[in-house]
This record gives sequence, C-alpha cells and structure tokens, in this order.
Amino acid sequence: MATKLTPKELSKRPERLAPGHRLCAGCGATIIVRQILAAIDEPVVIANATGCLEVGTTIYPYTAWRVPWIHNAFENAASTISGVEAAYRSMVRQGKIPEQNVKFLAFAGDGGTYDIGIQALSGAVERGHQFLYICYDNGAYMNTGIQRSSATPFGAHTTTSPAGKVIPGKQQFHKDLTAIMAAHNIPYVAQAAPSQWRDLMKKTRKAVNCGGPAFMNVLSSCNRGWRHGTDETIEITQLAVDTCYWPLYEVEDGEWRLTYKPKKKKPVEEWLKRQGRFRHVFKPENRHMVDKLQAEVDRRWERLLKLCGEA
Amino acid sequence: MSKFEALAGNEAVATAMRQINPDIVAAYPITPQTSTVQKFADFVADGLVDTDFVTVESEHSAMSACVGASAAGARVMTATSANGLALMWEIVYIAASNRCPIAMSLVNRALSAPINIHCDHSDVMGIRDSGWIILFSENGQEAYDNLIQAIRIGEHPDVLLPVAVCQDGFITSHGMERVEIYDDDDVKDFVGKYRPQWSLLDLKNPKTYGPLDFYDYYYEHKRQQVEAMEHAQPVILEVAEEFNEKFNRNYGLFEPYRLEDAEVAVIVVNSTAGTAKVVVDQLRDGGLKVGLLKPRLFRPFPAKELAEALSHLKAVAVMDRSISFGAMDNAGPLFLELAAALALHGVQVPVADYVYGLGGRDILPGEIERVYRDALKMAETGQVEQMVTYLSVRE
Repeated sequence: MATKLTPKELSKRPERLAPGHRLCAGCGATIIVRQILAAIDEPVVIANATGCLEVGTTIYPYTAWRVPWIHNAFENAASTISGVEAAYRSMVRQGKIPEQNVKFLAFAGDGGTYDIGIQALSGAVERGHQFLYICYDNGAYMNTGIQRSSATPFGAHTTTSPAGKVIPGKQQFHKDLTAIMAAHNIPYVAQAAPSQWRDLMKKTRKAVNCGGPAFMNVLSSCNRGWRHGTDETIEITQLAVDTCYWPLYEVEDGEWRLTYKPKKKKPVEEWLKRQGRFRHVFKPENRHMVDKLQAEVDRRWERLLKLCGEA
Repeated sequence: MSKFEALAGNEAVATAMRQINPDIVAAYPITPQTSTVQKFADFVADGLVDTDFVTVESEHSAMSACVGASAAGARVMTATSANGLALMWEIVYIAASNRCPIAMSLVNRALSAPINIHCDHSDVMGIRDSGWIILFSENGQEAYDNLIQAIRIGEHPDVLLPVAVCQDGFITSHGMERVEIYDDDDVKDFVGKYRPQWSLLDLKNPKTYGPLDFYDYYYEHKRQQVEAMEHAQPVILEVAEEFNEKFNRNYGLFEPYRLEDAEVAVIVVNSTAGTAKVVVDQLRDGGLKVGLLKPRLFRPFPAKELAEALSHLKAVAVMDRSISFGAMDNAGPLFLELAAALALHGVQVPVADYVYGLGGRDILPGEIERVYRDALKMAETGQVEQMVTYLSVRE
C-alpha cells in the first residue's frame, strides 16, 4: 500500500534529504525535492546536475543525501541517469543484482535543462530509459549569480539581462519546455508547483509508475533571484499558478489535462509586483511590458485550454 | 583453441568487445570508429552479448552514460575518434577523477579544423593529462590484445582508472589483416568477473558520488589519482605477463626492435612502427646499426625505463604524428616528453623530432630512412642540426 498523501502519514516517513544542508532559507528546490521523495515509497537512485541543489547538499566530506546520489556535470544529468538505469536493467537481466523496483530520478535546474542540458534530456527520453527527470525551474542561473536562461520570464531583471537605461530587462519570452517534452510523446509529462503539494505528489507517483521516461517541470522560487522574502515562497509560487503564468497540467499518453483551474484567473501583474526582479516594469515608461507579458500569458493559457479540451 | 581470421582493426576491437561482454556499451558513431559500433550493434541484435547498448545522441552523453553506468557497478566500454573525443573531453576528466574503470577504443584521427577524417594523434594527445591510462597499438592484433588487457588494468583495485586503447584511423582500423582471435572462454577467463568495491546501486549503503570538493580536500583527491597512476605501471606489467603466458605474446611497456646493439633508434607509436621495422631490416642489411623502440604505454609515461632502454645509443630520432603548438620549437608531445626523460635520467645523446603524417598524410619507407640517415649523422657528429623537422610538408 502506498503511503497516503496526508500530512499525518507523510510525516511518519523518514526524510531522504537530511536537514543541515546549505541551501537558502525559503529555497523552492529543497521543498520540491522533499515533496517528491516523500511521494515515492520505492527505493530511489538520483542523478543531480551541477547547480544550487548539488552544491548546497554535498560539500565534501558531508552529504545530505540518505539515498544513492550521483553528480556528474552540468548538462548531463539525463545521460548520467540513463547510464545508471541501463546498468541496472542490464545487471538485473543477467541475474547479477536483484530486481528491487528502483525508481531513477534526475534533478536539474532550468539552466541545466532548458539550455545546456536539453540535448542530453531529449536523447535520454527518446531512448526510453525508465526515469523521471525533474526540472526545478527558478527561471535563471541562480547558482552562478542570477544570469538569464531561456526559462527567465519576459521583462525580468537578471545579471545578464539587467534592467538598464535602454534595455529594461529580458527581452524574450520563456521557452515552453513542458510542451517540448510533451512533443517527445513519452508516457508522462507534467507541470507542477510546490504550492500545490498534493498535486505535485500525485504527479510524481504517476510519473515513476508510467513504465517509461517521464518529465516534470516544477516552478521553484529563488528568493535571491526573484527578490522576495524567504517566508513568501509558497504564496508567490501559487500566484504564478493563479495568474496562469505557470498552469498545472499533465500530458499522460498524449492526453492533455488541466489538474488545476483557478476559479478566477488573476492578472499577471499580481505575481510580478511581489518580486523585486520586475520592479522596473512598473515604471510608467515600461508599463507596456506588463501588457505584453499579460498578452503572452493569455495566449498560452488559451492554447492550453484547447489542448486540454477546456475551451 | 584460438583461430586466425582476416579482420580489419575495428572488427578485431569489436570482437574483443563481444568476448569481454561488458554490461554497458555507450557510444556514438564517428568516422573512423564507426565500424566498431556497427559490428558491436550486430552482436547485440543477434543476442551474442548480454550488453545493453546505449545508443546516445552525442559523445558527450556517451561518456556521461559511461560514468553513470560505471558508478552503478557495471563493466563499461565505449569507442570514439577525434572530434568525438573532443566533445567528450569534460567528462573524460570526470571519468578518471571519479575513478571509473571504463575501457575505450580510440581510433586516432586528426582534430578539426580543417575537418579531416584521417589518422593523426592530435586527438589522444589532447587527453594526455586527463588521468586516463593510454596504450598504443601497432595493428589490429595489438588493438585486440590491448583492449582485453585494458579491462584487467583499469579494474584492478589498486588502479581504478579508465583506459584508452589507440590504433591508427583507417590505416589499421580499416586495414584487413590476419588476427589471432582467442577462444571465447579463454578471454572470458582472462578478464574475469568485475567485482566493484562500491556501487551506486548498493541501496542499503547509499553513497554520494561526485560531491562538491573545495580547497580542503580537492588537492588530496588529485594526489590519490597520482597514486593510482603510480600503481598502474606495475599492474600493466603484471597483466601483460599473465596475458603473454596465456596467449603466447610478448607485451611490456614498449617493444624494442633490433635495439640491443643499435647505435641509433627511431621512437614511433602505432602503425608507423610497422613500416619503420621494414626500414630497420633494410638498413641492417646494408650494415647499418639501427633499431626501433615502439612505446606501448604512454600514460603513465615510463620515463626511467625508456631512458634505460635508450641509454646505449649515440642518437635518437622521435617521430610525432601531432604537434604541440607553441611548445618548445613547436615539437610534438612524444618528443618533448622523451627528450625530458633522457636528459633527466642522464642519457646525453642528440635527440631530434620528426613531425609526420598529419591528417593522414602517408609516411613512406623512404621518409623513415631519411630520419635514420639523419640520426646516423647526429651519431657521427654528436650535433643536432635541426631539432624539429616537418617531414614531407610543402613549405
């Protein structure tokens, strides 16, 4: 019997990521990892791309991981876990090691996924390895000091898309990676957020039991990069969901389905104004950027509704 | 019972891979390595091996998957050439640093640019400081024999390092030759079972592989890699001794050819050593005391043993199939290292470097003879007229 997804039952489970790691207070990645690991009753083996999660949990000779864990490099979490998974299947098939229903996971940030790691990810899922790849998307290269990635929202200030006198922040919309992964026609793809933890945990369970490669894109606030209080992580994450900047949905065997529909879709401005990285877009001369982002959010939301049969 | 087969070098390598029967092969096709992975794919498709062939989307992912699989306790092999190795480069270092005993067939090819698919040694020389053990092979037989030994060398508990086995692209990789293929069971017995001391799949004793490692420990971990390299040389000799005994061969750190009473010698690796042997015989017929030393082990570099083997000579000529751009006199890497070894071990003989065969340019017996004649002149005068010569290049 799988552990019930209730706070009471889940709190009885041993933590697989030990406290004492060096990630920031209010870090979204830590919350996401703990929710995902708590959702999986089976043994796990994890590959982790270079990034905050890796450096914050494993400064030698210490480790916060109570499960087998490997870090190889930045762009290759997917190919690394594909080697681990293939080794497991090969040795189980040959009778060299016992079958133990191991779930293989890869964690990487948006830089390691949307940008430098997209080729390795695309290849690994195409080959059909049974693993769940989790992108914790905080919308910039936070570990190296908040540089823009292809996941960075339009208008955001980062250290390589600064809000300057002539160019006010990032000039491009974020890449729709979840849709790109859905286009791989793998058994399971989802978008989730830690502010709706039960939804995230249910998706995790579906993903690790789908019998093939699975991908989850999880919005992960970084208060250093987003510029908000460390106690606002969950609230601001939920605003991204309720403004439909970050809709929650899944694509199961090609079927698109919304898993949460806000009762009233909030203006994207409500999410933006809570974060220092968007402060400049509220200056009168930049207000048009808010409108432009709103129009893009609306366009993508309408498209998603159609794909999910809701429109 | 062993049998003789007519095989191209790459087919001999693929046959070794079939007999070794690794748990994982992760590889990406690249000329001139391609026929190895094609042949191995046939073995997989026909059920002749237990291997999971991970058909990655790039060499970067090939080496990444190899590292993951090796950490998981699998016996792992791969194969590549030139630009493929260059794309792997980041993970080549990680494989050695994480002490993953991966065996790689490296079919030597010139690095771009300009793009060129033919043989030189610029690819392997790019990883000479990466922490891999590097073996050279004159022909398909040696590529086959070295790959079988590479498994035992890399997996030795005192070593735990990846091993690259080189052969010359097209010249031997595609050249058909008579190769002695040993009995499957004999190879299986020789390589034995891999019993990793640690495994990522040991669920009861979870381990963290590849953590962040700062100034307080990184240096010690690098020192441990040096120790592993120091252990490697005696292990390579032990493995060679057992191999020689079992398969009636004669492997060591290098192969001396008519060197004992020679006055001058050429130092050259891979297929050109075969051509040079012919030249040695011809010159010997003419009464000239010439010999050859063909290095087999390049990393770790057996400096002392090489200096000793060359100590009786009056002149030495090194032939390099790559250039270390901007190094002393724009010489080749083999020369630079050998000249240093001779000097530091008190062998005071004139030494000169001959760069040759870049991008697959043919090297003919007449050109090698010229090198010998230069060496004989150096022996006579005690002078090096020109430290580095680019053979047969249009200036």
